Amino acid sequence: MNSPAREAILQRLRRGTPGGARPAPENPVRRFDWSPEERLRRFIAALTAVRGEVILVGDDWPACLFSRLQAKGATNLRYAADTALGAELVRAWPDRGAIALIPHDQPIEACRTQLFTATDASLTGCLGGIAETGTLVLWPSIQEPRLMSLVPPIHAVVLEADRIRSTFHEFLVEEDWAGRGLPTNALLISGPSKSADIEQTLAYGVHGPKELLVLIRAGRGAADPHLNPPRDPTAALAGALA
Amino acid sequence: MPPEFSVRVGQALDNERLRRNIRRTMDGLVAKRRQAFPDTHELTVLRRRGKLIRGQALANLPDLLLELEANCERNGIQVHWAETAAEGNALVLDLLRRQGARRVIKGKSMVSEEMGLNHYLEAQGIQAVETDLGEFILQLAGERPSHIIAPAIHKDRGEIAALFAAHFPEYPHTEDIEGLTAIARRIMREHFGQAVAGLSGVNFAIAESGTLCLVENEGNGRLCTTAPDIHIAVCGIEKVIARLDQLPPLLTLLTRSATGQPITTYVNLISGPRREGERDGPREVHLVLLDNGRSRIHRDQQLRATLRCIRCGACMNHCPVYSRLGGHAYGTVYPGPIGSVLEPQLQGLDRQGELAEASSLCGACGEVCPVRIPLPGLLRRLRAEGVGDGPDAGVPGQGSRRKVLHRLIWSLWRQAHAHPPLYWLMTRLATRLRRLLPIGLGPWARTRTPPVIAPRSLHELARAEGFAHE
Ligand code: SF4
Repeated sequence: MNSPAREAILQRLRRGTPGGARPAPENPVRRFDWSPEERLRRFIAALTAVRGEVILVGDDWPACLFSRLQAKGATNLRYAADTALGAELVRAWPDRGAIALIPHDQPIEACRTQLFTATDASLTGCLGGIAETGTLVLWPSIQEPRLMSLVPPIHAVVLEADRIRSTFHEFLVEEDWAGRGLPTNALLISGPSKSADIEQTLAYGVHGPKELLVLIRAGRGAADPHLNPPRDPTAALAGALA
Repeated sequence: MPPEFSVRVGQALDNERLRRNIRRTMDGLVAKRRQAFPDTHELTVLRRRGKLIRGQALANLPDLLLELEANCERNGIQVHWAETAAEGNALVLDLLRRQGARRVIKGKSMVSEEMGLNHYLEAQGIQAVETDLGEFILQLAGERPSHIIAPAIHKDRGEIAALFAAHFPEYPHTEDIEGLTAIARRIMREHFGQAVAGLSGVNFAIAESGTLCLVENEGNGRLCTTAPDIHIAVCGIEKVIARLDQLPPLLTLLTRSATGQPITTYVNLISGPRREGERDGPREVHLVLLDNGRSRIHRDQQLRATLRCIRCGACMNHCPVYSRLGGHAYGTVYPGPIGSVLEPQLQGLDRQGELAEASSLCGACGEVCPVRIPLPGLLRRLRAEGVGDGPDAGVPGQGSRRKVLHRLIWSLWRQAHAHPPLYWLMTRLATRLRRLLPIGLGPWARTRTPPVIAPRSLHELARAEGFAHE
């Protein structure tokens, strides 16, 4: 927008910047040469250090999620209805009576109160993970909008093990975020919501989710053969949790 | 009129509870930062990179701001420019009025503190609700942040419990930190569910993609920027960086320097309002770019380094002055070393020039700064500007700290050293009449033994020992 303020500010700044543009300084990609097992191990260690919960799962992940949520006392789960993940969930959900499945398929205006006051848990997918910091990369979409990962007290995420990269820098450059364009609200999430504002003592579950449950699935098109055999991923990766 | 700086310093030093609270936090943050950078080589490399990235952004600032504006607008973010805090406030008010908002929920933003936004909005009948836990506590107490990262560290749990009990008698009294946090969560949830308007700051604005990056741990920042119909981001014009791939090194420097965290719980990358077909997110996103003196700082090549700051707070955590006083004694929005450098430039040396003197120049701030701002050098430059000895950079209040007596002493000093007979006379008088001299060293001598002038000058002693004039 053109305004007198804009012109005045730019004019003053121009006086301080004679000459041509300064080129971007060298910025080699900060990354680590870790094996897939090492990436997984570090991801889990970093995420559990900030109180994220990790479960290693196979294709029976809905049942694993179900039993975890039941143990936490959840009575319903909100999921993205029109996604592949949502379809898998519905197909293999053990008991809709015990934990109801709520499809999230309406604009927020139509379900605001329900989302804020009557949803115990939500499930989303993610774009991948970052081993160095135990971080999930979320790429909200029309089907899987951003408030799903924020409002319910428990947020569950399915992460494909072969989508874990060493650093944020590597992730962003290798997958060409600048070129492909960002969604309205890309997110990095590392653990449940927390605060250290009182006496620098950590308290969890301030405004966002109180619990973050990450289901790492290792069977899926794992391009890397030594990551694990597709049949029994949990056993192969159990060492990572120890 | 608030009390003088020296009075506030005295009050802070006498407040044992305050000093204990500040000290505990500062020691904790210093230790956490140290653990977060175990590899000093990596730290050196990162700091250098951080400095260069921020330096490049400032060197190309006008072009980058235009690029940011163009890309934001392509993304649907509306960009506004404000020369002063008053203009910024008026812009925000106008946006809120158009939305019919009577209340705005706020994520933590130091720029909004700088604008005095809450106060301004209240006067116009719009309630500003702070949602960050620390800021929420301060709003209850009617206080200002005492630290840019951990705003309420000057309070301990006992004080916070008492505040909660006074404001929310319906909740049971607790001094338990988890319990206090849970109360805040419940109170805030209602606001988040209903709010029409949200306001936040910006940590980095990325020009090439038109993206606003916000970091936080609590999730309140995400709620303020996602749940309401309109999101207004206020941002200093210096916060822009050129490219998306420059974000990761700055991000890791910021969080590790600030709290020792490898990363914050949330890194929120906002590239536009709700798009066609999307089911949530604000319908409008506005970016208010605030100058408020920054373009003037930008003009001076040396002082420009001030604008590299990424507001991590490490300089205050490591400052021997800040860690004894806390932030309130400074009486400014930005305390600590960066405050002592920034505030005199924003508000004028006549009003805040004293802050540049509140430093022992130990150099710790410059050593830890993740973007290598030479803070001690800038403090010395501002001291020189204050007494009118600097190059003319248009720092407001330049020369205002010059004192006639000081001038007189220094000009005598210069004369004496330029004219040997005068020098001789002066040392003669000083040594012979030393008992008659009124040596008032003021507060300096209160805890120190004042020096005593020797009966004979070094020259005389040397000559007596037989040294020839060389
Ligand atoms: S001056 Fe440096 S150390 Fe201080 S807050 Fe800014 S970036 Fe951090």
